[in-house]
Amino acid sequence: MGVAIKVEDLSKAYRLGEIGTGTISRDLERWFAKVRGKEDPFLKIGQENDRTVKGTSDVVWSIKDMNLEIQQGDAVGIIGRNGAGKSTLLKLLSRVTAPTTGIIKAQGRIASLLEVGTGFHPELTGKENIYLNGAILGMRRKEIQRKFDEIVDFAGVSRYVDTPVKRYSSGMYVRLAFAVAAHLDSEILIVDEVLAVGDAEFQKKCLGKMGEVSRGEGRTVLFVSHQMSSIRSLCNNCVLLQNGKLKTVGKTEDVIQLYSHEGNSSSNKNIKYYDKHLKYVSIRQENSILVLEAEYDSNIIMDIPHLGFVIYNSQNQPVFGSNPTLDAVEYDRKAGTKKGKISIRIENPKLIDGVYSVLIWFGDSSENYMDDLEGVTFEVSSMTLNKQLPASISGYVTPQTEWKFEKYE
Amino acid sequence: MHTQVHTEPQMHTQVHTEPHWDMVIEPHGNILDLKIKDVWHYRDLLWLLVRRDFVSFYKQTILGPIWFFIQPFFTTITYTFIFGNLAGISTEGIPKPLFYMAGITCWNYFAECLTKTSTVFKDNSLVFGKVYFPRLIMPLSIVLSNLVRFFVQMLLFVMMLIFFAIKGASFNLNLYALLFPVLVLEMALLGLGLGMIISAMTTKYRDLAFLVTFGVQLLMYGTTVIYPLSVAREKYPGISWVIEANPITPVIETFRYGFLGEGTFSWMSLGISGAVTILITIFGVVIFNKVERNFIDTV
Repeated sequence: MGVAIKVEDLSKAYRLGEIGTGTISRDLERWFAKVRGKEDPFLKIGQENDRTVKGTSDVVWSIKDMNLEIQQGDAVGIIGRNGAGKSTLLKLLSRVTAPTTGIIKAQGRIASLLEVGTGFHPELTGKENIYLNGAILGMRRKEIQRKFDEIVDFAGVSRYVDTPVKRYSSGMYVRLAFAVAAHLDSEILIVDEVLAVGDAEFQKKCLGKMGEVSRGEGRTVLFVSHQMSSIRSLCNNCVLLQNGKLKTVGKTEDVIQLYSHEGNSSSNKNIKYYDKHLKYVSIRQENSILVLEAEYDSNIIMDIPHLGFVIYNSQNQPVFGSNPTLDAVEYDRKAGTKKGKISIRIENPKLIDGVYSVLIWFGDSSENYMDDLEGVTFEVSSMTLNKQLPASISGYVTPQTEWKFEKYE
Repeated sequence: MHTQVHTEPQMHTQVHTEPHWDMVIEPHGNILDLKIKDVWHYRDLLWLLVRRDFVSFYKQTILGPIWFFIQPFFTTITYTFIFGNLAGISTEGIPKPLFYMAGITCWNYFAECLTKTSTVFKDNSLVFGKVYFPRLIMPLSIVLSNLVRFFVQMLLFVMMLIFFAIKGASFNLNLYALLFPVLVLEMALLGLGLGMIISAMTTKYRDLAFLVTFGVQLLMYGTTVIYPLSVAREKYPGISWVIEANPITPVIETFRYGFLGEGTFSWMSLGISGAVTILITIFGVVIFNKVERNFIDTV
């Protein structure tokens, strides 16, 4: 087996902040530097993409000096925290954007499934959209014709093929979109988190199809996901990215192990600042527990700093939550203060891998002074070392169990 | 921190058999590579996009394709009253509705190509942000979709031509009308080229987008849409060169000359405007291809 993708010294810089206005002078500056054969001043000041450190320059390297080789027929999982450069890497591979420096070489056609349903037009029928979407993904008309029945069959929408897709349920929509992409004849398939949608049965079907694609047909699959369970079941190799750099390449199980340990080093602190009542709220995962912290600085004397929280999953459903009243917390209400710090250690329940957000309400015993319904987003990985099933099958939390077996003869 | 790449050691011994790469992604493409081959591979997409535009246009409306007629029809009536009767601008003996219809039909096609192409990055940023296909497909599909519309409007123009012929109005359809395909091509390319240049620049300098809407409006008055070139030359001999330097002017003048027998035609001015058009188109494609590579980072 040869090399399917070869990435050499790949880097991608992004300019943060305002873009578009007032850039003519900077453009001239860059142009002048180029004319004199000097290094681009815009790129010189770049820095690593670590979001927890506030940047001093407005340029970040989303990917920096990456070297990578992917073998033909491999199913490679790409993992890393948000902002590690996963999506950027996929964007570069699928040619949505061009690298700043470096080169990518590939053998065979690359097709990307970055977000299903791209280019679907709501007014057009399912059939028309299959053709249009297929063509956008690079299929020739004949190719689509040949696979049309297979696609419709896979998506399970044969009854609605002549209905405009705006009348489709969101599930049908996604199924159809995935079906089109999954039937691409490309040698390399790039998949980004598509499996987060659709019901459990369809997710299984997609995973099955992708396994078939990589194992059965010998095509190369690159798969980005936050769900370690999907990665485990699909990929034989894994790439771990950290702050835009390649950290490890290796067997899936080893890399996931490494990733989960790294995740426990509490470097991933998610924090949000407020201007009134609350100073900030932060949430982090410390090994197998979640730590929620908040400092308050109010103009009102709090008889009790009453912080309520609810953790939501990525589908925007509440998973669990609490507040001092519900937990019947003891607190000396006669000696209230305006300032202070609240720390909550949540040992149970344990969340399964994924992205969550915590919504906040803050007040005292009589009323709420503020809330943050947008919440602080955070990522959970490997809170327990148990194997995990997809949330659609066994839910978002893992129980703490004690099994006892008694054998009867 | 060191990056650990598990490169197979035998790779080094195989350097001489460096495999053939089907695709190489580099920071900067070749400026002169117009990606025509790539576009050709995606020709089915081009056709499907044109079809999509057409189908989705009439699916949402009650009157459907009739809308293609209504707009030029009423504009013609308005112009006939305002510029023809009220302002009394000469049409050199050509029936006024025919004169304006000819100008409006051509101008609409050019202007539509220009304005739609100029926002192509903004309008398609969602798709462009997800998948790769030669971006040039999008402006091309705009030009072709509008061509359908243009032909429908041409039908209206021909119907009016027949109507006035029966009425016995004086105009002179002649052999120069055979230049029609050349004229259409020129309008399309000019709209496309200018549109692409503007679209490439608006990704960085947003202000230009505002300029387009009223710039096109102004440009219409700098083109011989509502007056014949001969009148402009006569009344403003000092500045009529501005109008003549405008590359669309010879196109519209030739169009009128061929279909109505009136207008200022010379091979020379048509040739120059043709050459300018080709230059603008090539420049447009080059700058478009250059911006396309990174534009998604800035929107």
